[in-house]
Amino acid sequence: MALKKRQGALWQRITIAVPYLWLFVFFLLPFGIILKISLADPVIAQPPFTPFFDADGGLSITIDNFLFLLTDKLYAVTYIKSIFMAATAMVLCLALGFPMAYGIARANPTTRSLLLLLIVLPFWISFLLRVYAWMGLLNNYGVINNFLMWVGFIDQPIQMMYTDFAIFIGLTYTYLPFMILPLYATLERMDLDLVDAAQDLGASRTIAFWDITWPLARPGVIAGCLLVFIPAMGEYVIPYLLGGPDTLLIGRVLFDEFFVNRDWPLASSVAIMLLLILVVPIVFLQRSQARDAEATS
Amino acid sequence: MQKADYDSENLSIVTDKSEAFIRIRGISKKFGDFTAVDDVNLDIGRGELFSILGGSGCGKSTLLRVMAGFETPTAGTIEIDGVDITELPPYERPVNMMFQSYAIFPHMNVEKNIAYGLRKDHVDNKEIAQRVDDMLELVQLVDFRERKPNQLSGGQRQRVALARALIKRPKVLLLDEPLAALDKKLREQTQFELMNIQDELGITFVVVTHDQEEAMTLSTRIAVMEEGRFLQVGPPKEIYEFPETRFVADFIGTINMFEGKVNRVGDETISVESAEAGTSLRALGNHDVEVGQSVCIAVRPEKIFITKHEPDNDDDVRIRGVVDDLGYLGNLSLYRIRLESGKMIQVSSQNRRRSTKRFVEWEDKIWVSWRPRSAIVLTD
Repeated sequence: MALKKRQGALWQRITIAVPYLWLFVFFLLPFGIILKISLADPVIAQPPFTPFFDADGGLSITIDNFLFLLTDKLYAVTYIKSIFMAATAMVLCLALGFPMAYGIARANPTTRSLLLLLIVLPFWISFLLRVYAWMGLLNNYGVINNFLMWVGFIDQPIQMMYTDFAIFIGLTYTYLPFMILPLYATLERMDLDLVDAAQDLGASRTIAFWDITWPLARPGVIAGCLLVFIPAMGEYVIPYLLGGPDTLLIGRVLFDEFFVNRDWPLASSVAIMLLLILVVPIVFLQRSQARDAEATS
Repeated sequence: MQKADYDSENLSIVTDKSEAFIRIRGISKKFGDFTAVDDVNLDIGRGELFSILGGSGCGKSTLLRVMAGFETPTAGTIEIDGVDITELPPYERPVNMMFQSYAIFPHMNVEKNIAYGLRKDHVDNKEIAQRVDDMLELVQLVDFRERKPNQLSGGQRQRVALARALIKRPKVLLLDEPLAALDKKLREQTQFELMNIQDELGITFVVVTHDQEEAMTLSTRIAVMEEGRFLQVGPPKEIYEFPETRFVADFIGTINMFEGKVNRVGDETISVESAEAGTSLRALGNHDVEVGQSVCIAVRPEKIFITKHEPDNDDDVRIRGVVDDLGYLGNLSLYRIRLESGKMIQVSSQNRRRSTKRFVEWEDKIWVSWRPRSAIVLTD
């Protein structure tokens, strides 16, 4: 009995240790390396940065890269632009995703599983292909412009490709399922009697929604927003393929610093800074989830 | 009708139809092809504690939801206190509901839950505070006002739900299985609390329940519902002692039924020849039956006597039998008797004498008997 119990505890430790080991080796360690590189000077060599320890064995670190990020306006502008783009995509996803998630959660069980399948179906096709498909749609002589001209709505193609508009379309399209799924999960769990009860006590449908449905859906809203905002913030492919040449986002800057300029230390510090910006909403999520868990468990 | 014999104590609470407080006329509710509620008519008097009793899927909850305004009836009208509310949305009806799940808002504390209805009506804060205090007092939750619903026991949640539904002083309170989620002891206690509160506030209660015991204790009147229709509406005693159909007789309490054919119709009694009973069964009353008609004679277990020797009252129905099984419940003893025909019947008797000895044993040959007036004649 006691032995079994001890074995159980051992197994518990092993099952916990495996993912943590994974995260340590493939996340924390590389992060440490990036952090180390961000504190180095670039050199034309292999690898293209100064070693952590100089010849005398002393530490050789510099915060020049971070100072450079603060002094060159390009970076601040890019970060702000990225936050703006990601936040807009997040709001668009929420505005589209909430009614969809609500509709799915309230549909009858057979329709519901079909609708859920449709939400995840796009994942079966390569992400890159789907972005290319949007290029085919948005292009000056793409499906949409051709159709509008054929109908006679316009006689000149509307410039949609290579604009912020195209990026918003791409981001919203790509990340919408990440908004819908957590929202669906919270809405589906919700007791419908609660809304009936609110109406019974004198709340109209609209008021009942804001009093009951919205606050109870909050954990899903927050989870969905973060799942959209965080990857959208560092998105590289969508702005690169759909955006204009002058739309400089942080993912692009990161790529260029690494692979075009080969300034690994500066690129690393851009990455570290991006991480710091993202940590704020994650901490917010954690605290809010803990609070909700306490309130509704 | 046979009823008239005993109805000296007037069981009916509802007086005149014209005084009906809730007036339901021809209400039907269809979901696609399925008819949940089928042309129901009902009058409920002011201050009544009315129960709608039926098994799951009989349409009782749908009827309640129609009354609350969550479902639009396919046909029919509902009036409360002379006002037609059929078209009103739930939030404009002078009706509140206590949900089976209680539906307490999990993100609000007890006080905010209870105050919710008044807040939506923009009652001023001072009055809200006063009325919430009164309600907390009434349901004995004064010390729990700051608690979140997840910190309450089942009984406390039930009382929060009740207080929240009562605070707007509705004309009618609808209760959907109000006690189903509580354990037995708490249920009995709460039953009486509910009755006291109803008495105190004088609000008309309409309770939906599947629990016949609950309906019997709580109600002034009961409607037994099956497949969307009311089979019988009446005070608990009437439903129990004078069921009009086999379903009602069987649904409420335990009953022994004997199938047979009428062989004599007299002025005061009829006689039914029943192979199941192995004899001719007399029943009191002129039941509007004809000789040769198939009927069912039903007798409640507590109306049957067991004796070791043949009872000498010639009027009584007397049948020979053998004790097949017996059970001692403390206050009652239950017997299963095998009649000579092979039919099993149930008999119960009060244990009036204090004794550890058994009055009959397994396989004892005994007589069962009952008065003709105890027999219910079911013609459906």
